[in-house]
Amino acid sequence: MNSLLIPSGAVSASTREKQGESMKISATAPGEQPTILTLSKVGKSFGPLRVLKGIDLEVQRSEVVCLIGPSGSGKSTLLRSMAFLEEYDEGEIRIEGQLLGWQNTDKGRRRAPQSQINQVRRNIGMVFQQFNLWPHMTAIGNVCEALRRVRRLSADEANKRGMAMLEKVGLAHKANAYPAQLSGGQQQRVAIARALAMEPHIMLFDEPTSALDPELVGEVLQVMKTLAKEGMTMVVVTHEMGFAAQVADSVIFLDQGEVVARGTPQQIFHNAEQPRLQQFLQNYLDRNAFWQDSKPPTPNL
Amino acid sequence: MFDWPLLQQNAPLLLDALWVTLQVSIAALAIGFVIGIVVGSLRLSPVPLLRRLGGAYIFVFRGIPLLVQLLFIYYFLPRIGLPNVSPTMAAIIGLSLAAGAYIAEIMRGGFLAIPGGQLEAAGLLGLSTSQMLLRIRVPQAVRLTLPALVNEMILLIKASSLVSVVGLADLTRTAQNLAASDYMFIQDYLMLAGFYCLINVPLAYCGSLLERRLKEQTA
Ligand SMILES: Nc1ncnc2c1ncn2[C@@H]1O[C@H](COP(=O)(O)OP(=O)(O)OP(=O)(O)O)[C@@H](O)[C@H]1O
Ligand SMILES: [Mg+2]
Repeated sequence: MNSLLIPSGAVSASTREKQGESMKISATAPGEQPTILTLSKVGKSFGPLRVLKGIDLEVQRSEVVCLIGPSGSGKSTLLRSMAFLEEYDEGEIRIEGQLLGWQNTDKGRRRAPQSQINQVRRNIGMVFQQFNLWPHMTAIGNVCEALRRVRRLSADEANKRGMAMLEKVGLAHKANAYPAQLSGGQQQRVAIARALAMEPHIMLFDEPTSALDPELVGEVLQVMKTLAKEGMTMVVVTHEMGFAAQVADSVIFLDQGEVVARGTPQQIFHNAEQPRLQQFLQNYLDRNAFWQDSKPPTPNL
Repeated sequence: MFDWPLLQQNAPLLLDALWVTLQVSIAALAIGFVIGIVVGSLRLSPVPLLRRLGGAYIFVFRGIPLLVQLLFIYYFLPRIGLPNVSPTMAAIIGLSLAAGAYIAEIMRGGFLAIPGGQLEAAGLLGLSTSQMLLRIRVPQAVRLTLPALVNEMILLIKASSLVSVVGLADLTRTAQNLAASDYMFIQDYLMLAGFYCLINVPLAYCGSLLERRLKEQTA
């Protein structure tokens, strides 16, 4: 059943291509550690509900990791913890070696001062399901805001870099439009440009296409594919299995706060061994195989 | 019924007084706006003590009639050792404190209407709390509550007629003085009413114009 999802040849080909890219990148940046994000035994509870149950995860430079799993499995919580938008309460998250969010003292650990948290996550960019653009600023205004106020670039410099970023997502011609004047896909691309402008080392995406009309999904995925090709390190929570299969170096299947399976797209989508993963993929196929609704499968398929 | 020469004679005096009313109102609005932003965000602070502080402010300055506040500031503050306040100062302080309480409640509503994700995005990009307040929360809260804010401005300008109790020769006090000397009550007070409308009608019009323009951007 799993081989229905994608032709197996395509996966290994794109994986090989990606690995070639990452080797090229790490060759140009010697001295930088290959591991950019490390999670060890990360846990998180909301009251009595333990949403993350000891997650271990490493993300290498230029790697694309896709997180998949059923609704409520803790994907968003995990991704948000990586940016300390959720205060994880067990284990450690390290970004380029630095502990995120907490300070170890003799009396246990305390929340780090905000300035230190900002310092550690300075190199993280995040893209949300709901875009979260600031509606009172134009596209270029959104992109330039942090360049001006946080990076303290001059108006000219910020504008130049902002326009380059909008160009990159194909929206230079919409620089002066307000978010409400843009389609969902365009808004999400502006949000990506806004995050990229800060030159992050790693980009986190939380279901970036889930709020979009189906016909707008492609343009956002295309931008993300380009980013991946350029060697951006990415962690992507997604329900787009096709994207995961084509672009990911590794896919992680989360269920009930645990990593149930991890591997290459080939391993996850074609050779799934875990019953829970098989069930999840089957559900996905059932939901997306609309042609099976009206007609029984043709014998020669 | 109307005494045209007298009207011509009184109008410039009222025009001067209009200027006093405007100055006091604009100053009070500006200060009240700042108070409103501070108190409004205190009301939403994660720190309980600060929240209660904001609540107490609003309780006091919305609860006590403006007239009483003005009397208190003008007559009682000097008694308890604070230096003599001029009528203008007393008027501005009293109006600002009261306007601050109302604007705080308006701003609180505006702040609450901003989706939290926008602030998460801002925080992740490194914006500080004060940058978020001034660049993201306040501009949006103002847009979202513009009708209420314009309404508050109009109410404040009208409420400024109470400052005559501290001896400030504002629009109302001047008209009263004129009427007391020329006995043309109806004519003088009609003119007084007209002068208030002269400010408030265009203000309301500009408010709805601005509202419409902003709506084009955000909807
Ligand atoms: N702020 C919160 N307070 C309490 N419970 C929460 C909170 N956020 C998430 N949860 C719970 O944690 C669990 C995991 O939620 P999470 O949003 O991480 O799931 P998800 O895998 O992203 O799901 P989806 O695919 O629907 O986005 C859910 O049971 C959810 O109800
Ligand atoms: Mg989610």
